Amino acid sequence: MKDIATSPTTAASNPPVQPTEAYFNSGDIVRISATRNVPQPDRQLEKLAKLIDVSKCIGCKACQSACIEWNDTHPAVEENVGVYENPHDLTPNMFTLMRFSEWVNPETDDLEWLIRKDGCMHCEDPGCLKACPAPGAIVQYSNGIVDFVQENCIGCGYCLTGCPFNIPRISQVDHKSYKCTLCSDRVAVGQGPACAKACPTQAIVFGTKEDMKAHAAERIEDLKSRGYENAGLYDPAGVGGTHVMYVLHHADKPQIYNGLAESPRISPIVEGWKGVTKTAGLAAIGLAAIGATLHGLFARGNEVEDHDDQAADKLVKGEDPDQDQGGHG
Amino acid sequence: MTNSWTDIKNTDLVIVMGGNAAEAHPCGFKWVTEAKAHRGAKLIVVDPRYTRTASVADYYAPIRPGSDIAFLMGVIRWCIENDKVQWDYVRNYTNASFLVREDFGWSDGLFTGYDEEKRDFNKESWDYQKGDDGFVLTDPTLQDPRCVWNMLKAHVDVYTPEFVENITGTPRDKFLTVCQMIGECSAPDRTMTSMYALGWTQHSKGAQNIRGMAMLQLILGNIGVRGGGMNALRGHSNIQGLTDIGLMSNLIPGYLNIPTEKETDWQTYLSTRTFTPLRPGQTSYWQNYPKFMVSFLKAMWGDAATAENDWAYEYLPKLDVPAYDLLRMVELMNHDKVNLYFCQGFNPLLSAPDRGKVTRGLSRLKMLVVMDPLATETAHFWENHGAHNDVDPAQIQTEVLELPTTCFAEDEGALVNSGRWLQWHWPGATPPGEAKHDTWIMAQIWLRVRELYRQEGGAFPDPILNLAWNYADPGEPMPEELAREMNGRALADLTDPATGATVLRAGQQVSSFGQLRDDGTTMAGCWIYAGSWTEDGNMMARRDNSDPDDVGMFLNWSFAWPANRRILYNRASADLEGNPWDPSRPLISWNGERWQGYDVPDIPPTAPPGEVGPFIMNQEGVSRLFSRGLMRDGPFPTHMEPFESPMANVFNARMRGNPVARMFETDAARLGTSDEFPFVATSYRLTEHFHYWTKHNPVNAALQPEFFVEISEELAAERGITKGGRVRVWSKRGEVWAKAVVTKRIRPMTCGGKPVHVVGIPLHWGFMGSARKGWGPNSLTPFVGDANVDTPEFKAFLVNIEPAAEEPVA
Repeated sequence: MKDIATSPTTAASNPPVQPTEAYFNSGDIVRISATRNVPQPDRQLEKLAKLIDVSKCIGCKACQSACIEWNDTHPAVEENVGVYENPHDLTPNMFTLMRFSEWVNPETDDLEWLIRKDGCMHCEDPGCLKACPAPGAIVQYSNGIVDFVQENCIGCGYCLTGCPFNIPRISQVDHKSYKCTLCSDRVAVGQGPACAKACPTQAIVFGTKEDMKAHAAERIEDLKSRGYENAGLYDPAGVGGTHVMYVLHHADKPQIYNGLAESPRISPIVEGWKGVTKTAGLAAIGLAAIGATLHGLFARGNEVEDHDDQAADKLVKGEDPDQDQGGHG
Repeated sequence: MTNSWTDIKNTDLVIVMGGNAAEAHPCGFKWVTEAKAHRGAKLIVVDPRYTRTASVADYYAPIRPGSDIAFLMGVIRWCIENDKVQWDYVRNYTNASFLVREDFGWSDGLFTGYDEEKRDFNKESWDYQKGDDGFVLTDPTLQDPRCVWNMLKAHVDVYTPEFVENITGTPRDKFLTVCQMIGECSAPDRTMTSMYALGWTQHSKGAQNIRGMAMLQLILGNIGVRGGGMNALRGHSNIQGLTDIGLMSNLIPGYLNIPTEKETDWQTYLSTRTFTPLRPGQTSYWQNYPKFMVSFLKAMWGDAATAENDWAYEYLPKLDVPAYDLLRMVELMNHDKVNLYFCQGFNPLLSAPDRGKVTRGLSRLKMLVVMDPLATETAHFWENHGAHNDVDPAQIQTEVLELPTTCFAEDEGALVNSGRWLQWHWPGATPPGEAKHDTWIMAQIWLRVRELYRQEGGAFPDPILNLAWNYADPGEPMPEELAREMNGRALADLTDPATGATVLRAGQQVSSFGQLRDDGTTMAGCWIYAGSWTEDGNMMARRDNSDPDDVGMFLNWSFAWPANRRILYNRASADLEGNPWDPSRPLISWNGERWQGYDVPDIPPTAPPGEVGPFIMNQEGVSRLFSRGLMRDGPFPTHMEPFESPMANVFNARMRGNPVARMFETDAARLGTSDEFPFVATSYRLTEHFHYWTKHNPVNAALQPEFFVEISEELAAERGITKGGRVRVWSKRGEVWAKAVVTKRIRPMTCGGKPVHVVGIPLHWGFMGSARKGWGPNSLTPFVGDANVDTPEFKAFLVNIEPAAEEPVA
């Protein structure tokens, strides 16, 4: 008899020692990039969430280390550029990053060192997925996990355009887009994300979104008792809520946490093209994307440049995106 | 630690001073977050830098490196002045009422008896007044001006908030806020825990820093209680085990002493270790010293240790100096007094101060043997790595052997954590390549050395030829064999002298050090580990995490020395009648017949309260606010400047550093002054790395890739240094090049009316491994250590800094 893993409610417990089958799989996908009429699964998985308590985080980077180890990525040994962030930004080899902000509280004149773990927020309404022109490159499961499927990725970078949090990064090596998977592979077999497992202070916890909200409420109460009147939960409504949430001591000022978006929304360009001109746009973008893949593989790094944005804009308006780009996809 | 990591969750207030727990001990720090989240505990950080620990603290106060004693004596003064004293505890569980000799005193920053020539004190006057019965005279009313309490009051009187601010640079309002938060913990139902590490030890008066906080904790009644204690956070995995089993040049296992050359025979050695009680009826547990020592000698030499030959005492080496510590060894190398140096799991090229002197010393050896899992800088000290190791290999004749060893994850055995827990572990991987266990290497060398002695004799072959070596495979003793030997066993049938009943049969493992004898019928390699491997098996391998009533003791998880006790001095958690000071936080209590509770009592189990004092290891039966002559630099901590300081000692301008710290002749000339080196430097660890190991790991290297120094925005502006720019930092002893991290987390302080800038220098980089090549702070630090234990002064020294275009090419 085979054991089926159960949905994890915590990242603290040890994994089962016997092999287990995934408790969710492709049958639980609710959205697929560039694909209409996705057949909806006949079951709804419990919504999951990772909660990052910024007030408990000590900035030790164990989460970064665990992420590298689990995903077997190889971030470069860079230079020190006068800050603690290393690597200096998210990369195709670094899906999560501690960002450090030195903020002087104007009310108390006291320094606060705000350390935020940056990475994919796993939006309920994912801008990356909506922007993605490659069928099946981005999927969303009914538990809320947004996953990239690299074999379907064409490296166009539109996911980054669609992302209100500036998260995905395109590899210069294989021209695929990468970001945090919420450890969908671990979660499927009953384990929490690697970062949550490694976090020594349980600043990162994982479970059902409902449980995480309840846990956050306790933490917020504690912070308020310590004088953080504006402590609160970051679960922005503009993207339908997120499956990665923050407890912030200053929830009224998310931007002080190294530019965390105050009210993130999917770019109107992406929303417009999904909503109004989806069919025409997709047809055009499909052709453009194939050109981009062949051309881009050898010709350039797949960065989203101004002309990409302009091309997307034109797509939305029903124009030929290549008309004044010299055939450059 | 007096307490355990898990006990920290029981505290009301955590003070992190002399350490950076979140950053250097992130896993253990979880218990601080637990105390904050579930007890509502507060966290105070006092540190020259706003650290990652400070980032989650409730209150932060800056302090000038090397001025901690002034701060702590200031807090004690404030507590006394504001009646924030746990009076019942102080009167009954400390030596506050003991009378001090009339000829003891303090003036000009010095205690009585100073001999400038010898750099030492004659400590005769640092003692109690004794009656005709040999016991110490006391005044329980604390009225006598010579009682310890009044002597302490007089001693700390000078440390006013103004004085503290002037010396430490801590703004007065911040200092007073810290005092108030600490003072609340004098209530019997409030506790504070002190978490410290190398930020206190690595000073020329490091031991006195720790004394200062220990005294404060006694005044608050916070020793022996849940959520209290003096908690030293040990850095290296198993550095606690290292000290326990006596890997110090002047110790043997279980904190017993190697004899000095004056102790030529067994009786002389024992005569200074009688430890007779200083007050009537006290336990003075060290009276059992001969039992532990004889059992150790039996473990060493087995049947060759007999009553007739004084248990082979003559086989022990005798010290001609207080200790052959690291600094002395490097000094001796520089004088051609060392031929062969063994580095086992040690990287002195980056760990000993004044690296230039270390390089010169290693270069004068005939042979250097390095046993290590990694290719260390020390093993490659002779290689030219440009500016990062600017040596000429042709001029170095030292023969270097690298013996690759396994690392902890490939070994079986026990690691002792900061809370004294011996946690057995099993190998997680097969050793790579030619790596061998340290035990195999040592045994193989030993067998060959013994063979040479057998064949060729020698000046004194007996200790070598008679060493007990009863292992199944003499070429590789097994971890189990060594662990059983350290625990100890009966060598004959043991009977209870009172009842005549048989306690143990010959050959059986002892279950506690209480069973050890001084008549040769027991052996134990390390008496404090007795109970770790008994007839019931390996207690260190226990993994039962049950914890009745969630008190945080976990008595069935691993084994804690001594006697599986989780909180030392736990008798002091109860009042005079034996009831817990804090009924909501009981630990042990007296039930009318015996002591019982959640921990193993640190008192004879049937000793009624009021008769035997709670500090059974001390001859006094109580704890010491006045430490007699037990420390070289004074019975009370007194403010001393670092050897390199921006200001003169306010008590005595002639006094440099610690007046009794050892200073070798040539090193005094290598000390800098603030005219030439205007900035205070301090060194520390970063959480991304472990010491000099993890730079060999590409993951850690990516997370913190390159050597940097941290300075304030003000100093950067003053020196024209930009964020991320390259700087040169130099001291009287050397220079390094680094990237500049310009930060608001370091602010200039005002001390003695002048601004003091701090330059923060993390360690972790060298010229081997995966990270970018860099330097350790030891290229800059002075060659002087703590007066009592010779820990180098890495936390406070002087440097200069300037922008630099590029690293030089050697």
